[in-house]
Amino acid sequence: MKFKIALAQINTKLGNLEANTRRHDEIISQAAAAGASLVVFPELSLSGYLLKDLTLDAALDPACAGPLKHLAANETQTACVVGFVEQSQDFKFYNAVAYLDAGTVQHIHRKIYLPTYGMFDEKRFFAAGDTLRTADTRFGRLGFLVCEDIWHFSTSYLLAHQGALMIVASLAGPGRGVRGSGDMLGSATSWELLARTVAQFNTVFFVTVNRVGFEDGLNFFGGSLVVDPYGNIVARGRVFDEDLVFAEIDFDLVRRARAQVPLLRDEKLELTLRELERVSREKFLLE
Amino acid sequence: MDITTDQVGALPPLNSALALQITIRFIGEELHKAGFENVVLGLSGGIDSSVVAALAARALGPERVTGVLMPYRTSSPDSLADAHALADQLGIRREMIDISPIADGFLSLKQDLNNTRKGNVLARARMIVLYDFSAELHALVLGTSNKTEILLGYGTLYGDLASALNPVGDLYKTEIRQLAAFLNIPEKIISKPPTADLWIGQSDEAELGFSYAEVDRLLYHRVDLGFSPEKLVEMGFNRKFVARVLELMRLNQFKRCGPLVCKLSPRTVTHDFLYPRDWGM
Repeated sequence: MKFKIALAQINTKLGNLEANTRRHDEIISQAAAAGASLVVFPELSLSGYLLKDLTLDAALDPACAGPLKHLAANETQTACVVGFVEQSQDFKFYNAVAYLDAGTVQHIHRKIYLPTYGMFDEKRFFAAGDTLRTADTRFGRLGFLVCEDIWHFSTSYLLAHQGALMIVASLAGPGRGVRGSGDMLGSATSWELLARTVAQFNTVFFVTVNRVGFEDGLNFFGGSLVVDPYGNIVARGRVFDEDLVFAEIDFDLVRRARAQVPLLRDEKLELTLRELERVSREKFLLE
Repeated sequence: MDITTDQVGALPPLNSALALQITIRFIGEELHKAGFENVVLGLSGGIDSSVVAALAARALGPERVTGVLMPYRTSSPDSLADAHALADQLGIRREMIDISPIADGFLSLKQDLNNTRKGNVLARARMIVLYDFSAELHALVLGTSNKTEILLGYGTLYGDLASALNPVGDLYKTEIRQLAAFLNIPEKIISKPPTADLWIGQSDEAELGFSYAEVDRLLYHRVDLGFSPEKLVEMGFNRKFVARVLELMRLNQFKRCGPLVCKLSPRTVTHDFLYPRDWGM
């Protein structure tokens, strides 16, 4: 399977779903015109990130008509990944991404790890996701994650062992770190290192789409990435500015990488599980 | 006060190019999405307001930036000359309002104000002038307080601490100096001793009792890196100096907060009515 992916590194309007949906429409048309069949948007791309009490007003029920179904039914039949606040049937609010295609919401990933430290306060406003499943799409099996999820190595590991050929991460990564040597932001350097590690250790394509712009003085730095299964960066978004980044994804590269470096084949899942069970048992008995 | 040896815990150098890129984008984006095109700021001839003026000129073009010179009758003529020179260099718009009649009008009603109270009156008179320009020019007021001053509380509440946007509030004074050099701010402005110029001969460092270079190293380790007071002493910072600076930070917390609201209802502004300022933007 070979296809063109577009990384929609956009700015958003905080709490303004209407304006953000229009922006998604424009980007999807633009990406489709350039031959992309999958467009990935950043974390909370329909609502903006620093919502606080706007979380409730920005929430969408995926079962109802609204921006998700509207985008899923786009004229160019382009698949897309969008970030939104999900209101569940039992009225919890999740920081989620939806994979949309052929007029429907085909998969939802609810952010599992909600950062609540430093500048982040997500647990106050969101419920945490508690499942991690891949999605079988027309491109093959894909995994979806949201920002902080990536910083927990188990997430990409679990997706790769369920057969994901590509992991797509939607981010709202604030820029910080302007001291010391190097010409990159501290946070950009960390993300790049992490992205290359995730791709190479799991022998998957790994895609990050970060947003840009300011919210209450926080700046999101962009710098979206496509990393191949060898850990090479094959596409990169501009830093600080909006960008629409295209990359060819060819899963034959995953096949070759896994044949040459069969890390996934050789992984001892049973051993990992046994040891994890023991560690968990000992830890919780002790506490 | 005997502080430290010179090189205890130097800050890593600022990446000025990166700080510049972020701060000018901050000014442009936060301004425009609030529906404004112009900014106004007080120009004192000192390094902080010079840096902010230069950033704003880069962000918006000099024609969108108004620097207001607001001397008082005891203000140093040198400072005024430096402010003029900077406005010339940047090509920004310039206004001058002598605040003596405003301040003296009030001061004539009260007897025996000490320097601190007089200084506060001057700082608040300047705030009145800037906020009137804000309305007249449909311009947001840019703040010029740096991280060192904000943490030490070395500023006047509702005076120089009042602004809509502060692009330099996360840069220590020593980092402002690096950014100033990067922005080609005149050497004379960078190297002169920092002063609030609120009374004749005032010097920030004499008044505080330590140098910015010294206190920035301490603040950086405490605030940015999270060192405990004990660890700071172990590093070589003088124990009394550490205690004094931490106490200044604590005592001035009120200047970094809005007024406290007494909670009575289930949902209270400032407690649990939590909306971003960039609401809907």
